[in-house]
Amino acid sequence: MAYLELKNVQKSYGQGIGSQSVLQDINLEIEEGEFVAIVGFSGSGKTTLINLISGLQEPSSGEILFKGTPVSGTSHERGVIFQNYSLLPWLTVYQNVWIAVKETFPKKSKKERDDMVRSYLDMVNLSPAIDKRPKELSGGMKQRVAVARTLAMDPEMILMDEPLGALDALTRGKLQDEILHIWEKNKRTALLITNDVDEGIYMADRIIPLLPGPNATLGPEFKIDISRPRDKTELNDNPEFKKIRNEIIEYLMKIGHENDSSNESLYLLPDLEPKDLRWDFSSKLKLS
Amino acid sequence: MSKKLSKSIRFIGLGFLEPLIHLIQGKETRKNLILVLKKIIAPLASFVLFMGVWQTGAQLLYNKEADYRIEKARTEQGDEAAIKMKECIISGDVSCQPNTLPSPAQVKVSFFKLIEDHKIIRQDKKDFKEKTASLNQKRIADGKEAITYTGRPSFVDQIITSIKTVFAGFLLAILIAVPIGIIIGLSETLRDSFNWLIQIFKPVSPVVWLLLVFMIVKTVTKDSNTDSAFIISFISVGLCSMWATLVNTTMGVATVDQDFLNVAKVLKLGSFQKVFKIILPSSLPLIFTGLRITLSVAWMVLIAIELLAQSPGLGSFVWEEFQNGANDSNSKIIVAMFVIGIIGFLLDRIMLTIQKLISFNKNEGN
Repeated sequence: MAYLELKNVQKSYGQGIGSQSVLQDINLEIEEGEFVAIVGFSGSGKTTLINLISGLQEPSSGEILFKGTPVSGTSHERGVIFQNYSLLPWLTVYQNVWIAVKETFPKKSKKERDDMVRSYLDMVNLSPAIDKRPKELSGGMKQRVAVARTLAMDPEMILMDEPLGALDALTRGKLQDEILHIWEKNKRTALLITNDVDEGIYMADRIIPLLPGPNATLGPEFKIDISRPRDKTELNDNPEFKKIRNEIIEYLMKIGHENDSSNESLYLLPDLEPKDLRWDFSSKLKLS
Repeated sequence: MSKKLSKSIRFIGLGFLEPLIHLIQGKETRKNLILVLKKIIAPLASFVLFMGVWQTGAQLLYNKEADYRIEKARTEQGDEAAIKMKECIISGDVSCQPNTLPSPAQVKVSFFKLIEDHKIIRQDKKDFKEKTASLNQKRIADGKEAITYTGRPSFVDQIITSIKTVFAGFLLAILIAVPIGIIIGLSETLRDSFNWLIQIFKPVSPVVWLLLVFMIVKTVTKDSNTDSAFIISFISVGLCSMWATLVNTTMGVATVDQDFLNVAKVLKLGSFQKVFKIILPSSLPLIFTGLRITLSVAWMVLIAIELLAQSPGLGSFVWEEFQNGANDSNSKIIVAMFVIGIIGFLLDRIMLTIQKLISFNKNEGN
């Protein structure tokens, strides 16, 4: 049995005639220790999918099984790294992580908690900024705090909702490596949602495209057989990488094109020519 | 000028003097000249304009009142009386001065008079205390109440009483509005069920609140001899001014950012923790905006309420002066007007500073 299993999951917002289906026929199986990436267009319901798996929202129909039991509500076993960091602006970096540690490990002593917070912040290289507030941090630093907060809860599965979408390429690459490093070290299960195919290939074992919504559903999966640890610079010359990258992009482009053309309708333009209605000074002058 | 100096000047609120100092030092003459014109000369010009309008207006009203008096004397008592009246007015005699809008100079004189009066009363109080000290000791030893000073309060005493009343009212407003706002904000059902009450009572005039409080407090304090005027006025001030805080607190608690609520869910915070760690901190800025409005409303209605409740303070000072009708009453009222305005401004500034200290930008966490 799979570690995480989604069976015919469907999610729609609203009720009755006005209801709009966002996700449909979502079937997904993730094994323990796997790193799966879901790549999709913006507005295809990626965040909804993460919210369903984390337990923030409930599916309209279908089942989500985590380790064989249905998901109901959130759990410390599934940590979420949000797209918009969602740090609490009135708390310092330390307090933001501390609140997570305190909730997850209520039995630990003050000293143990303090050590945990410090070690996770040290892991994402934020020790110098420990007493700063979120507004004093750059985007990359904020995301690192969010990563530390989620990891400090020591979740068995990490759910990532476009965690690096808003960062510049350099910071992004660095954080990708950090997340991979942590994942490999503790052998957790990870689900990454992204709109960047390269990021997906670099990080994941499998890539599954999410077809554009409404009624978004998952496409066929692409397995990535590139041995770890992967090297970003070498990856560009790797034939396997090139092959998979082209396949996925081709597939996404085809889907995207189909989606566009299905909405396209032909408009008949009226056969008209604009008429010049400006005052004709020369003719008026001649008259007088 | 060193950075430290300019920073400290800005801190004490004299930042507008900075370009003048630069100009004197001969730095960037053109730029600083424009800045001086903008920040110092223009406000000064507006002040001069204000004084000019006031002075001319007061002069016109004075002349009209004087003409009327002379004319009245002529029709009632004949030409001789009219000439006498004219001479009397010109001589500046107190008995026949026209009673109208006072000029800036008169107001200034009244201001110093009030200060002088305060000094006299303070001395009087001190003397009284010294005189009765030994007697009071005896009375207390005998189990009797001490004799207290019962002379009239000075202008400064009135100001202090007013500030005390407004803070008591403000405190009452906080104690009522913030907890109720939080409770109502947390539950949509409660919000819906109490909305009519808030909407109906919010626009009720301070005067009506005063009467309502009077009805209740009068009965409650029937068998004790406490100072009910103070109680009535501070409760009325609190009830009138608490609505802004109530509405803002409710709003703030009800509209917490979904991102923060998601964090609370993912961390699995208990409901107590959720309220105190997520909902309250995130609604603090809105709560403080409400408190700021509440304090300024409290100060505004306080004067009206004191005036009606006959409770000591600036409001009753103004009313007594108006009833008094003495020669300098009008200028004393104008002095009180400026004092009320300046204190209101200072209170608002204090709240603004606190608000700035605790507020955060909603997007800072993102």
